[in-house]
Amino acid sequence: MSWQGKILRVDLTKGTCTAEPLNMEWAQRYLGQRGLGSKYLAEEVSPKVDPLSPDNKMIFATGPLTGTAVSTGGRWSVVTKGALTNAIADSNSGGYFGAELKMAGWDMIIFEGKAPRPVYLHIEDDRAELLAADYLWGRTVWEVEPAIREKHGDPMLKIASIGRAGESGVMYACVMNDMDRAAGRSGVGAVMGSKNLKAVAVRGTQGVRVRDPKGFMQAVATARAKLDPSPVRKSFTRHGTMAMMDTANRHGTLPTRNCREVQFDGVDKVNVATMTRVRLSDGKANLIGNKGCFACSIACGRVSKIDPSHFSVQGKPKYLGAQGGLEYEAAFAFGPMAGVADLEALTYANYLCNEDGMDPISFGTTVAAAMELYETGAITGKETSGLALPFGSAEALVALAELTARGEGFGKDIGLGAKRLCEKYGHPEFAMVVKGQEFPGYDPRSMQGMGLAYATSNRGACHMRAKPWSDDFARITPDNKANVVKASQDEVAAIDSSGICFFATNVWTLDDLASQLDAACEGGWTAEKMREVGERVWTLERTFNLKAGLTKADDTLPERCLKDAAKSGPAKGMVAELGKMLPEYYTLRGWTADGVPTNETLQRLAL
Amino acid sequence: MKHVIVGGGPAGVTAAETLRKVEPTADITLIGGEAGPPYCRMAIPYYLAGNIAEQGTYFRHEGDHYARLGIRYLNDRVEAISATDGRIRLAGGVDLAYDRLLLATGSRPAMLPAPGLDTPGVYSCWTLDDARQIAARATAGAEVVLIGAGFVACIIMQALAHRGMKLTVVAGSSGRMVRSMMDETAGDLIMRWCREHGVSVLTGQRVAAIEDGPTVVLADGQALKANLVVVASGVRPNSEFAAAAGVTVEEGIVVDGYLKTSVEGIFAAGDVAQGLDFSTRTRSVHAIQPTATEHGRVAALNMAGRSVAYRGSLGMNVLDSLGLISSSFGQWQGVAGGEAAIHLDAARYRYMDLKFDGDRLIGVNSVGRTENLGALRGLIQKRVRLGAWKDRLMANPYRFMEALVAVTA
Amino acid sequence: MLKSLHIDPDKCTSCLLCELACSFENEEVFNPAKSRIKVFTFHDQGRYVPYTCTQCAEAWCMSACPVDAISVDRATGAKVVSDDLCVGCKVCTIACPFGTVNYNHDTGKVIKCDLCGGEPACAAMCPTGAITYVDADWTGYDKMRRWAGKTDAGPQAHA
Repeated sequence: MSWQGKILRVDLTKGTCTAEPLNMEWAQRYLGQRGLGSKYLAEEVSPKVDPLSPDNKMIFATGPLTGTAVSTGGRWSVVTKGALTNAIADSNSGGYFGAELKMAGWDMIIFEGKAPRPVYLHIEDDRAELLAADYLWGRTVWEVEPAIREKHGDPMLKIASIGRAGESGVMYACVMNDMDRAAGRSGVGAVMGSKNLKAVAVRGTQGVRVRDPKGFMQAVATARAKLDPSPVRKSFTRHGTMAMMDTANRHGTLPTRNCREVQFDGVDKVNVATMTRVRLSDGKANLIGNKGCFACSIACGRVSKIDPSHFSVQGKPKYLGAQGGLEYEAAFAFGPMAGVADLEALTYANYLCNEDGMDPISFGTTVAAAMELYETGAITGKETSGLALPFGSAEALVALAELTARGEGFGKDIGLGAKRLCEKYGHPEFAMVVKGQEFPGYDPRSMQGMGLAYATSNRGACHMRAKPWSDDFARITPDNKANVVKASQDEVAAIDSSGICFFATNVWTLDDLASQLDAACEGGWTAEKMREVGERVWTLERTFNLKAGLTKADDTLPERCLKDAAKSGPAKGMVAELGKMLPEYYTLRGWTADGVPTNETLQRLAL
Repeated sequence: MKHVIVGGGPAGVTAAETLRKVEPTADITLIGGEAGPPYCRMAIPYYLAGNIAEQGTYFRHEGDHYARLGIRYLNDRVEAISATDGRIRLAGGVDLAYDRLLLATGSRPAMLPAPGLDTPGVYSCWTLDDARQIAARATAGAEVVLIGAGFVACIIMQALAHRGMKLTVVAGSSGRMVRSMMDETAGDLIMRWCREHGVSVLTGQRVAAIEDGPTVVLADGQALKANLVVVASGVRPNSEFAAAAGVTVEEGIVVDGYLKTSVEGIFAAGDVAQGLDFSTRTRSVHAIQPTATEHGRVAALNMAGRSVAYRGSLGMNVLDSLGLISSSFGQWQGVAGGEAAIHLDAARYRYMDLKFDGDRLIGVNSVGRTENLGALRGLIQKRVRLGAWKDRLMANPYRFMEALVAVTA
Repeated sequence: MLKSLHIDPDKCTSCLLCELACSFENEEVFNPAKSRIKVFTFHDQGRYVPYTCTQCAEAWCMSACPVDAISVDRATGAKVVSDDLCVGCKVCTIACPFGTVNYNHDTGKVIKCDLCGGEPACAAMCPTGAITYVDADWTGYDKMRRWAGKTDAGPQAHA
């Protein structure tokens, strides 16, 4: 129990939906969601596959705790080979969709092939069918969700879909669900679009059962008693991830103007204080409340209303209602990274990312790269559809968000992502990327552990594959970072495979999670067994990437971080010391000096 | 004060209990026309299906319920009313005086205009005794011809199918099912569902006669041989003795806004009463359980001298046809100039038809949905101005529960 | 003094833990489709509203029940469905003007909030205090109750 024991296989080429049993032996070794999805992908797809070809597969995967009452137990993942990265991708999302899929009786959906015409998948418990989506193609996520509910007359349908970005091949397109939740990273939405799959709508009424109901509820209560009163939880509830804005700036790790700087002079205009301050224009604050994903007792999600007098929304009433508000990663990318100190412009850009399914981190960081190209003269108004793109231009941010979402003009170039954009215009060094994926909101020079985590992340630059924050904020030197990063990468891989949210484990230890997992499902789950699963998952992903053609050379950071010292803040004068950390990291992982897992390591992990 | 209540159905029982609450010392007599304690006709199909024992159909489950409340319960039938001297005479010879009389005599099956109804093996399914007799003969695999396809016929069909009987339904010349509660689209869905679930439904047919066997002979000469024939082709109010006593009777016994009849001291409630219709503001017979209990309560309060206005009953029904659940509320036929929000998914047997008058919901037909149905009653009964929610319901009529929550919470 | 559920939508974050607690308490499964309490989301207002039976004084469900299967729990004031007596006729599901009595296809009976016998699982599970179990006199249900009392159909006074 806890797993439903069932997979839905959808052959988009043939238009068929078939049920098959979940491989329970693999479930014991890879748990679920990220891990188990990756195992299926690695078994069924050649790592050398073109991510946008019909031969690539895309897996929607839940974990054993998805759909249960474990706090934050509503996570699900999209696992595929990433369009943006050409590496294995696992994009994790919250909202309600994943739990609903589980309620319908499915652990996973495996999509293969490519539909000849646009389709969407409709699931009602056991019953699944592909339906024509021509009438949905070209429409935004915000239009698609109500349209499908209207079509089926079912207000309870939960929907995951792509917007126009996924259709038009924006390389960092997301799979969106529940209006503003996203499987955001690595271009999984572009993969979905390449398959002519517009949406998945699901209604589940079968429920999720656990192995030891009484013991499970006790474990949940114990874990809640630890999580709920904690200051970390309270901060997330009150400020959301936006609390990080001031912290990152103080620590000199706030990527600013395409990582030319590490602190932002306009930070006061894009932080929590501004978001909660009553506006002079309409007497209301940008932030109107918070919301939780399925089963979450944290509720870090922001709900905002944009300033109706802001230039970005004039004549656009659809943006005036409540919508998903700024999270730190979006705010950093549109704000400091692009140098824009206008909270309402950031909010608008965020809405567009949600509405048409674009990863705000990649979009914002690509805009920052374009601004640097523009400022250095590598591109001009001729290339930019006539737009002026200086750092700090809110008008440019807003215009580029619109163009990119629609796939028009210079928006097509922005949709390439920073790496391809900068290569196209002859300055690959302006792309703040690892393995083709844009930086999140932490500068590696003042967070050495995060730098190593970016460089070694199997899905490209990412702040969600390890948790080096507390260590990095305590120590800015690179010593022992390999140890910290390796250990937390393994833990996070297990957490991401379980069905819960990374954020709960800012309070919970792996033991706290294991006790809930063990009561939920068979297998004698302990923190130790979870770590072993995590290391296995990590190494499986690594092996996939090596077979895909990635090498040690891809475990690196942009030159700017390795050579140009931080200009201010606590780490002033420092660069990212990857050369010191990486060999140590490989050794700890049981990999060769070239970053290849040894046979002993593979055997130890039963890979 | 002497209260006499004629009829042991939901209206009569509710009235007797309500009177006892408000008049602890009054003399209350409840007269039931059938043997045994008061039971609920609505529960008969569940008894027939074998889901409950006979006792499960009783209104109240404590054996001494009526005695404990000091309600005299008689098994008898009314022969005549003498309104001028405030007396009624019962078939068993008893003669009772009353100060206030409540007529809650319900209805009875309508006679089929065809010869042979007295043929052995032909039953109506109205009383508990009918159900006993049918149950004794309704063995699995036996062939049944059910004459009628209205609401009552459909719930009997459900019960007989549950017993594993082979069913043929003669739906009558209209060719429709449950036409008094559902529109044609809904009726067609229900009919298709029944056929897919093994029931033979004959449409466009009239029963010419029932012959020995029993055999149902149709107007076109077709003969349907069966083990059992059940006739369920409508009901009519038991109002004749009231008319004889000078009480005004139209479709049923006409009552005013306080459930009073045309004769001083005599009230009427339930299936026999033609009372105020919430939707149309005219008087009509609503032979449904909620109306019966509401009538019973309000009539009792007025009998006790409280002046309590009855604001009208809302026609509504819910039907389970072999697992397909349908419901109807209010003016599901709509009104002139009103809009409709319709969603149909015939393949999945789902249908929702909301009827509006301006931005108010006034009627509903629904098939294949059970969640939150009562909210539809709430929206209609409260005459909620839906405002912006009207447009949302036009786009997706299934959002009615959200609409209710939005306007009330 | 009787207690009742007090719902404060302003505190609700739409986490649905109440629905999970309810379905688990009653059915030993995590299944919002079987929950007696339901959170409604009004996305464009950023508003989330938990909604369940108010145990209203009118007790439309109880008076509509043809077989006396719904009764008042003297300890809590809750209107409680007896599974032994319920025949599954569904009349209460159309009679309740709040839409909070529902038919359970699996059991053939109706389900509604019974206040968990005085320890409502939804309130215990709610992380924000949006659902609490408090003295009945000052609950936010007053508004809904007034609404119930003011309906235009049916009896206006009570015995």
